[in-house]
Amino acid sequence: MKHFVDLFESLDQTTKTNERVSSLVHYLDKVNDQDKLWTIALLSGKRPKRAVNSSHMKEWAAEIAGIPMSLFEETYHVVGDMAETISLLISNDQSLIEKSLSEWMGEVIALKGESDEVKKTFVTNVWKKVNRRERFVFNKLIGGSFRVGVSQKTMVKALAKYTEIEESELAHRLMGNWTPETHSYDELILTRTGTEDHSKPYPFFLAYPLDETSDFTANPKVWIAERKWDGIRGQLIKRNDEIYIWTRGEELVTDKYPELLQFDLPNGVALDGEILAYKNGKPLGFNDLQKRIGRKTVAKKLLQDIPVVFLSYDLMEMDGNDIRQDALVSRRDRLKKLVEEVNHQSLLFSEEVAFQNEEDISSERENARHYQTEGLMIKRRDSTYQVGRKRGDWWKWKVEPLVIDAVLIYAMRGHGRRANLFTDYTFAVWNEGELVPFTKAYSGLTDQEFRQVDRFVRNNLIEKFGPVRSVKPELVFEIAFEGIAESSRHKSGIALRFPRMSRWRKDKVPEEANSLSDLKSLLKSYG
Amino acid sequence: MGQLLSFTDKGIFCEQGDFYIDPWRPVKNAIITHGHSDHSRLGHTNYLTHTDSTPILKHRLGTISVEGIKYRESFFKNGVKVSLHPAGHILGSAQVRVEHKGEVWVASGDYKTGPDPVAEAFEPVKCHTFITECTFGLPVFRWPAEKSVIEEVESWWRSNIQQNKVSLLCAYALGKAQRVLSLIDPTIGPIYVHGAVHSINAIHRDGGFLEEDFPYLSNSIDKESLRDALIVAPPSAAGSTWANKLKPLSVAMASGWMLLRGSKRRRNVDRGFILSDHADWDGLNAAIKETGAENIICTHGYTDQYAEWLRYIGYNAYTEKTLFEGESIDENVAKE
Repeated sequence: MKHFVDLFESLDQTTKTNERVSSLVHYLDKVNDQDKLWTIALLSGKRPKRAVNSSHMKEWAAEIAGIPMSLFEETYHVVGDMAETISLLISNDQSLIEKSLSEWMGEVIALKGESDEVKKTFVTNVWKKVNRRERFVFNKLIGGSFRVGVSQKTMVKALAKYTEIEESELAHRLMGNWTPETHSYDELILTRTGTEDHSKPYPFFLAYPLDETSDFTANPKVWIAERKWDGIRGQLIKRNDEIYIWTRGEELVTDKYPELLQFDLPNGVALDGEILAYKNGKPLGFNDLQKRIGRKTVAKKLLQDIPVVFLSYDLMEMDGNDIRQDALVSRRDRLKKLVEEVNHQSLLFSEEVAFQNEEDISSERENARHYQTEGLMIKRRDSTYQVGRKRGDWWKWKVEPLVIDAVLIYAMRGHGRRANLFTDYTFAVWNEGELVPFTKAYSGLTDQEFRQVDRFVRNNLIEKFGPVRSVKPELVFEIAFEGIAESSRHKSGIALRFPRMSRWRKDKVPEEANSLSDLKSLLKSYG
Repeated sequence: MGQLLSFTDKGIFCEQGDFYIDPWRPVKNAIITHGHSDHSRLGHTNYLTHTDSTPILKHRLGTISVEGIKYRESFFKNGVKVSLHPAGHILGSAQVRVEHKGEVWVASGDYKTGPDPVAEAFEPVKCHTFITECTFGLPVFRWPAEKSVIEEVESWWRSNIQQNKVSLLCAYALGKAQRVLSLIDPTIGPIYVHGAVHSINAIHRDGGFLEEDFPYLSNSIDKESLRDALIVAPPSAAGSTWANKLKPLSVAMASGWMLLRGSKRRRNVDRGFILSDHADWDGLNAAIKETGAENIICTHGYTDQYAEWLRYIGYNAYTEKTLFEGESIDENVAKE
């Protein structure tokens, strides 16, 4: 595993894409095919299910380190990463086991289904026989998340450089359902994408936020606008009489949405669109869709209350042919015809939003919430369907967020680069002379502002509840959010979508923050 | 009569002896453990500190009335016996031992138990009550050997030379900078120091604690001649316009916090070297055990967590709030 540990560290030490690509290429050059495939799998989020639960790992580590659980927890909150905390707590720093990454993965997978005693013996034995760096990576392999901040794009870039296969082709080969246990490196990477895997989706084309490099208002004729629907991006495929529904996160969700299996598509098609909660001819809020997302089997009542549709906006494959190089308008014409032929209430077509000039389109954007949408998509008429996030042809133009001024009342330490810094906050608004918490927010401030707030929190503690600190209600922040909905899960009765701190209102005293009734009136207008 | 030492809004106070230890508001008599700015502040009438600390205090605070005494040299003040003992933190750093009617308290300021070529080694002092810092008072903080850290610094420097990059090492100007400069192999390439480090080096040289006179980096030095150089500067230099002029460069930070991935990423430096002038977890535990004290007062750092641990292993431990800061990760305080 030495090579993999070195790779992990070099990826961790830099944020520069070029340096990361060259570390990856250097690594791929050194390890065997099975290790390559495991590395690709891990870096693209295809890790095996967690074999050991984290509360056991905590207990075992505390036991070896001879510290009480409470001290373990406190320490973990400072370090901000479980794998790292454990790697530092255990004192051995000698490397006494040499195994390849795939050998390790094999052993980790074999743990699944074993008794806790067997797991404990295996894990603690490894902890005591590997050095600190190896222990850290090993913990990442057996536990929670395995994130190194390497994007799929970076990984594909490195793989392309190493194999001399084109990036877009590689991205396609890496899509879909595969694991290092079911596929070999040869099969997956080195053979052309053929018909052997009918479920394989196309890589999604993603848009950047609109910026001044787009000339779309100067030249409206070459662009089309569509609404930016607030559902989950999905790909609907039918091949060999089988339907496959993929999300952007490459999760196969076919069984979760029985409505989408009821219409009759021809074979050899792949549609890009939005899985959207939709009832009585209009979209429901994302909050409603969320109730469907988590469910594997869907009860009849839920199907009636929150039906979904596939709102399609692009077509990548028709009659078994990859048509991604055709112009957008031509793809959309074929899609529209297809949707009309299918003629089913659960398959819709995302219509163009007509506009002549900047004024038209700006007012459509401002109307976004009225249609339960997030804003607009602006796409070049002749654009091809590209791979991944690319600048130039597709843009997203979100509606301005809603805002409310709120008072900081609780704080918790963050994770990762914010470990040991109080950066996770809970905010409150006024209700009958009291501050009622209504949302959490973790982002939006600069590093320097976070440090100032951290300092404030440390100097103005009121009480400690586990990792949470209540602080003197003194700081006011403007909270921006994309949407608002009723919620029985929250004490305030509301739930926000994408809340973040948009501004530190140093000009305001807590008494000037907004009230719960202000939130309720936002709910009434936009909820 | 209250406790021998008490915590007031001005600092750690000995009522019987009428003096304060490292006070943070102006007082008449101040005993100063060491020259970092959170322990030695302006405005006191009389300062007393270790002889090696006196030039540091004068350098930082200007014209003050300061008396220096040696380690283990005791004097009496209104029946209270006072002496200073090495704290191993930086040059001249001292623990203050206070004794009255058979009761002994030790206020340790900042300390470390590991080696340091510049600071005299930490001396365990038997006492009834020990006042301890706990900047790194969590069980994840365990320092690697000083020697291996210095070797890492050296190999980083060598690889920068190969890549034609200037090596900028950030370390506290008082203490850590001199520690690194005394240990690093000077034959690898030329070494320059930031002005803030240079003036503290001068004090060390005057006392015979640093041999070489490392030149300070002035504008007149040709940029090309810096290609294989190591530059030692305070932490505030990282990311500054001063540093940016040296590009292409590799920036490293020497600090105990570099043990944590999160803090390393937060400081956004190319390399982190785990080097601290504070005791690590094992150091704190060992030091406390050796004092034989029953009562432990935790003053700065992870005070709540560390006091809880001490109670768990059987000490009578509690915390007191002070304005000491320990080793700071986020503030660019150069503790000159």
